[in-house]
Amino acid sequence: MEKVINIQPLTRIEGHAKIAIHLDDDGNVNDAFLHIMSLRGFEKFIEGRPAEEVPRIVNRICGICPWMHHLSSNKAVEGCFDVTPTPTGHKLREMCQIMAHINDKILHFFFLAAPDFVLGPDSDYSVRNVVGIVKEAPELANQVVKMRQLGQMMLENFAGKAIHPIAGVVGGFAKPMSEDERQGLLRDTRTLLDFALFSMDYAKTSVFPKYTDIIASLGTITTGFLGTVDELGSLRLYDGHLRLMKADGSMTDFPVSQYDQYLSEHVESWTYGKLPYAKCWNEGFSMDLDAPKGVYRANTLARINVCDQISTPHAQAELEEFREKFGRPAQGTLLYHWARLIELVYSCERTIELLEQDDITGTDIRAKAEPKAGRGIGHVEAPRGTLIHDYTTDDNGCIVKANMIVGTTHNIAPMNMSVKEAATSLIKDGIYDEGLLNKIEMAVRAYDP
Amino acid sequence: MGVRVAEEWLHSCSGCEIAILNTGEALLDLLAQIDFVHIPVLIDHKYYGQLGDGKELEIPEAEVGIVSGGVANEEHMEVLLEMRKKCKILIALGTCATHGGLPSLMNSWGMEEGMKDYYSTPTTDPCEVPTQVVPKPLDRVYALDEKVEIDMILPGCPPNPTLIAEVLTALLEGRDPAIPTKAVCDTCPTRREGKGNVNNVRRFLQNAKYDPDQPIDEMRCLLEQGLMCMGPVTAAGCASGRGAPSCISARVPCRGCFGPVRREGNQMLDMMNALASNGIDFKSVVDRRSLLRFSGSHGLLRKLPPRKTTEE
Repeated sequence: MEKVINIQPLTRIEGHAKIAIHLDDDGNVNDAFLHIMSLRGFEKFIEGRPAEEVPRIVNRICGICPWMHHLSSNKAVEGCFDVTPTPTGHKLREMCQIMAHINDKILHFFFLAAPDFVLGPDSDYSVRNVVGIVKEAPELANQVVKMRQLGQMMLENFAGKAIHPIAGVVGGFAKPMSEDERQGLLRDTRTLLDFALFSMDYAKTSVFPKYTDIIASLGTITTGFLGTVDELGSLRLYDGHLRLMKADGSMTDFPVSQYDQYLSEHVESWTYGKLPYAKCWNEGFSMDLDAPKGVYRANTLARINVCDQISTPHAQAELEEFREKFGRPAQGTLLYHWARLIELVYSCERTIELLEQDDITGTDIRAKAEPKAGRGIGHVEAPRGTLIHDYTTDDNGCIVKANMIVGTTHNIAPMNMSVKEAATSLIKDGIYDEGLLNKIEMAVRAYDP
Repeated sequence: MGVRVAEEWLHSCSGCEIAILNTGEALLDLLAQIDFVHIPVLIDHKYYGQLGDGKELEIPEAEVGIVSGGVANEEHMEVLLEMRKKCKILIALGTCATHGGLPSLMNSWGMEEGMKDYYSTPTTDPCEVPTQVVPKPLDRVYALDEKVEIDMILPGCPPNPTLIAEVLTALLEGRDPAIPTKAVCDTCPTRREGKGNVNNVRRFLQNAKYDPDQPIDEMRCLLEQGLMCMGPVTAAGCASGRGAPSCISARVPCRGCFGPVRREGNQMLDMMNALASNGIDFKSVVDRRSLLRFSGSHGLLRKLPPRKTTEE
């Protein structure tokens, strides 16, 4: 009789999922699945809404990355209404988006992922969490809580809301930045940059060296990658064009407006999450571990793999060191954490760069928009991957049709593959324990779904 | 041993959980007095045992239970019933839990139709709606109190961290929490000059008129400026600990994310009345149904007639 191990719910991730591992009579893995258990259907219920209201509706898709949906959506609405944000409006939006990346990465690395590394994958579940870190490493925990709070409050104070933002508006931004605000944000971002550099160093000296074996192997699969770069091939989070890389390192660049010619979404009967794949590779879709077809990954590791360089100095130095160690493209699933910290450094540096530009305090923050019929496709790089919003409006500027591919979705097929790879190599002859099951979950947690 | 707390999220986005973390240093103080026995975003307690071989969904007993999100599928229902069974005091956190929240906009179509559309977008390969292993949807999105008894509500999208800390602290101290009971307008410092010559409300396609060098209390009331602002019909709370309603401080009108002022109020009807009493033609509101965008449960948003329309 087949036995099923249900790891449910998946924990220390954002969202509703479970892992089911199917064992055969001998206790070896027959198959393993990551089931996405929940669906809200924003595409449907923004139908009929005035398009300019949608950026403050779709932010509720994700409470961890609401800025990403908020700003992708604003871009899509601007496409529909054929309006371009003012240069200052554009900068204020990019600054908020990049600052939101900072908080996201601190949250993921220290609150969600770190317990596995600081306390160990096999430690008891009752202490393997952020509360456990508070007890085990109180100074570090204190600093982490303070830094995340600082980042959140910077956004909250400047833009009104950090969670479910409202300050991005069709045509630009709702309020300008005063010189006082700019100086305060600069001071605080420099503090965050120091913390980012400390985190990178801490991880490289005290965390990753202890886990070199699992970093190389746990849940590791071979796939392509998707990210966003500028015309020079530098990493971009707020805008730029898409770059799809095959596992062999060959790359295709395309504008997001053509996303539907390059990407498709496969559906399985056992998960609510769709499984995007690279239609343009003309090989169909398969999650076969030895010969996957169409499967690519998104999120930090993908972006670090597809970019030729990073435009800010500290992050570029980290990228060079990373490439030296792991090559390009790097395939190790747990390297998502490493790549996440490189992006944390970039995000702090980029925020400072934006704040140092004088016109960020300009008062021409919003271009005039008129509702009309049209289609708009907007995208940003969300912490969890490339985020695409595609809207069509009627003559009254209300939504008639919407399509979205959200960051985490790109990684649903890869996460399934990583779960299967981890389960198959770890569970032998029916022998497993709680720590081992947690290691399988760590293969998912690396993707920060 | 501190006070045992269990937390769950249902038809939700995790914003409420981030709001809990945003209590910041208050959180560190609280963590010294409470024990989280179950909270999927932070702690690895599993429903079916740590080895995944249990038969029944199980959550540990707790003095306080906190649930975010509404109820929209069979798994949500099962988790909510278990939380009610195991927790002495059950708190509905966030507007999805208290009034259905944004996902209850789906109630204009029902879950089934919405899901069908989701699986037939242009980039999706031809397929059936998934039905294996995944929990079956209910007919619509429900607020928690439509399904179980709720002891305390704390709305907000997200809820205000200051108020989350207040509720938890009050519970630890054995007193009633001090939660605002008025409307957003009562906490709004903008300048009101009385009825003007505004007969229509306009869409938010241009920014409000204000001098950016002046504080919020020098800006004229956004509704008086002719912008649709739901401050009159929305529960206060977002301004606690910060001096001005959060959207207003970004110079953006309120959209009602704390739900109705009276728990059982109807934000759409109340807003129509508020506009009419100010001499504003409520027909100038485009998409009136979305005045219920945060509070469409409790049967307020119902299925549209089969013909696709956006206005009732």
